[in-house]
Amino acid sequence: MTTPHRILIIGASLGGLSTAEALRREGYDGTVTLVGAEPHLPYDRPPLSKQVLAGTWDPDRAQLPAAAQLDGLDIELLMKQEAVGLRPAERVVQLRDGERLRYDTLVIATGLRPRWLPGSRQLDGVHVVRTLDDALALRQTLRQGPRLVVVGGGFIGMEVAATARSLGVEVTVVDPHAHPLAGRLGGVVGDAVLGLHRDHGVRFRLGQRVSGLAADGNRSVVGVLLADGSVIDADAVVLGLGSIPTTQWLKGSGVPVGDGVLCDQYCAAAPGIYAVGDIANWLDVHSGRRRRVEHRTNASEQAVAVARNILADHDKQTAYTPTPYLWSDQFDCRIQCYGWADEGQEVHVVEGDPAGRKFIALHRDHGRVMAVVGMNSARGMRSHLGALGSTADPVGPSRAQVVNPASTRGQTAD
Amino acid sequence: MRVITEEDKCCGSGLCVIAAPELFDQRDSDGVVVVLDETPGADRHDAVRKAVAACPAAAIRLARQ
Ligand SMILES: Cc1cc2nc3c(=O)[nH]c(=O)nc-3n(C[C@H](O)[C@H](O)[C@H](O)COP(=O)(O)OP(=O)(O)OC[C@H]3O[C@@H](n4cnc5c(N)ncnc54)[C@H](O)[C@@H]3O)c2cc1C
Ligand code: SF4
Repeated sequence: MTTPHRILIIGASLGGLSTAEALRREGYDGTVTLVGAEPHLPYDRPPLSKQVLAGTWDPDRAQLPAAAQLDGLDIELLMKQEAVGLRPAERVVQLRDGERLRYDTLVIATGLRPRWLPGSRQLDGVHVVRTLDDALALRQTLRQGPRLVVVGGGFIGMEVAATARSLGVEVTVVDPHAHPLAGRLGGVVGDAVLGLHRDHGVRFRLGQRVSGLAADGNRSVVGVLLADGSVIDADAVVLGLGSIPTTQWLKGSGVPVGDGVLCDQYCAAAPGIYAVGDIANWLDVHSGRRRRVEHRTNASEQAVAVARNILADHDKQTAYTPTPYLWSDQFDCRIQCYGWADEGQEVHVVEGDPAGRKFIALHRDHGRVMAVVGMNSARGMRSHLGALGSTADPVGPSRAQVVNPASTRGQTAD
Repeated sequence: MRVITEEDKCCGSGLCVIAAPELFDQRDSDGVVVVLDETPGADRHDAVRKAVAACPAAAIRLARQ
C-alpha cells in the first residue's frame, strides 16, 4: 500500500486523538486532521461521573494529555464541526457548515450518544452524562440538593448514584433487573454493589420498568412513573439507559453499519476507512465473534492498532485481538475486569469474599477462563491474569467456590 | 527524562507494570502505581512510553527533567 497523504479522523475524543497520536508516534508525516463536534479540547470521560461530577477536579484535569501537544504533534483540530455525510467514492466528508473535507484514509471515531426516554429531552431536570457539559449541568443540579432518581443501574448510573449520594443527595435507582450492573459482570458483583450502595443510603426499586416521566406545567420533571403504576417523586432524573453508536452521519454512504460500524479483523470497514473506539464493531478472530467494547482502554488500544494497520502494507496488517480492561469507582470501592466477562459464565471466587466487598473471581465459559473480575483487589488481580484463556484450575477445586447458581458444576465446598 | 504519576488519576490497573515491570509497581493496599525508577536511562525510554500508552487513566507523564 502507498502511504496516505491525508488522514482524516472524525470524532475528537479518546479514540480519535489516540489514533492521531499513534500515527505520529509510528512516524507518519503526512496531514492529520481531527474533526470534533464538541466545543472543548479533547478530554477523558471516566472522570465525568466521578471526580468532575463530585467537584473534586477542575474540568481541566480531565483534559487528555495529548490535547496539549497538538501543535507539537502537528495535528490539525477542527472543533465544533460536525460531519453530516460521507461519500467514499469521492473520498469526501461533508461538514454541517457546508465545507467538504478530502481524505486518503478516513478514521471513524464518533463514539456513542446516550439513549433518552421518549419526550424526556424537552423536560427540565432530566440529565444524561456523556459530555463534559452534561456533567457540569448535572453537578449544578446536584448542588441544589434534589431528590434524584437514576433510571438504569449500569456503570454510569451506579457511578452517578454513588457520587450524588456522597454529596448528600437523596438517590433512588430504578432498574428492571434484580441487581445493578446486570448483564456481563453477573450477580456476584451486582449483589456486592447493591449492598455497597444500600449501606450508603441509596434506595432501590429493582425489577421495575420505567414507563415514563411526570412533569409539571413548566415542563420540569416531578416524578418517574413505573410500570406497576407507582410514581417516585423526583426533582431531577438521570437517564443511564445505555448509548447508541453515532452512525447516523454515515447513512447512505455504503459503509456497513449495524451495532456500530461493522469492521473486519483489522478494524477496516471499507477500503481506506477504519473505525476505532466505542463505535467500532470488529471481527475478533480469537473467538470468531463480532465485538464492540464501550470502555476506555479499548479506545486507546484500538487506536494504536488502527494507526499501525493504516501505515502497514496490506499483507502486513495485524488482526486486533485485545484483552479488554475496565474499571469502575463507586464510593470507596473499585471494580475491575480483565477479559471478556459475559452473561451465563460460571463465576468462581478465588480470593476474598464478595460479602466483604474484597474479592477476585474467575469467569469461565465451558471451563475456559474468560475474565478476571475483582473488587478492591487491584494489586492481587495481576497474578491471575495468566489464567486468562486457560482451562486449568489454577487454584485447585478445593479453594474455588462456584457461586453462580445456574452453573451445572454445582457448589464446591470450601 | 523524568516519570511523573498522578495518584488520584491512577485506577490501579497494573497495565504499566505489565508494560514495564522494571519501572513500575503497585501499592499493596490499593494497587495505586509506584514508580521504581523516576529517571530511567535512555535504554528504558521505550518501555516508559509503552507504559504511558497502556495506562487507562492517563496517570503517567514524562517530563524533560
Ligand atoms: C460518564 C462516563 C464514565 C465512564 N467511565 C468509564 C470508566 O470508569 N472506565 C472505563 O473503562 N470506561 C469508562 N467510560 C467509557 C469511555 O469514556 C469510552 O469508552 C471512551 O470515551 C470511548 O472513546 P471514543 O473516542 O470511542 O468515543 P467518545 O468518547 O464517545 O467520542 C466521540 C466523539 O465524537 C464526537 N462526534 C460524534 N459525532 C460526530 C460527528 N458527526 N462529527 C464530529 N464529531 C462527532 C463526539 O462529540 C465525541 O466527542 C465512561 C464513559 C462515560 C460517558
Ligand atoms: S497503568 Fe496507569 S492506572 Fe494502571 S496502575 Fe499504572 S498508573 Fe495506575
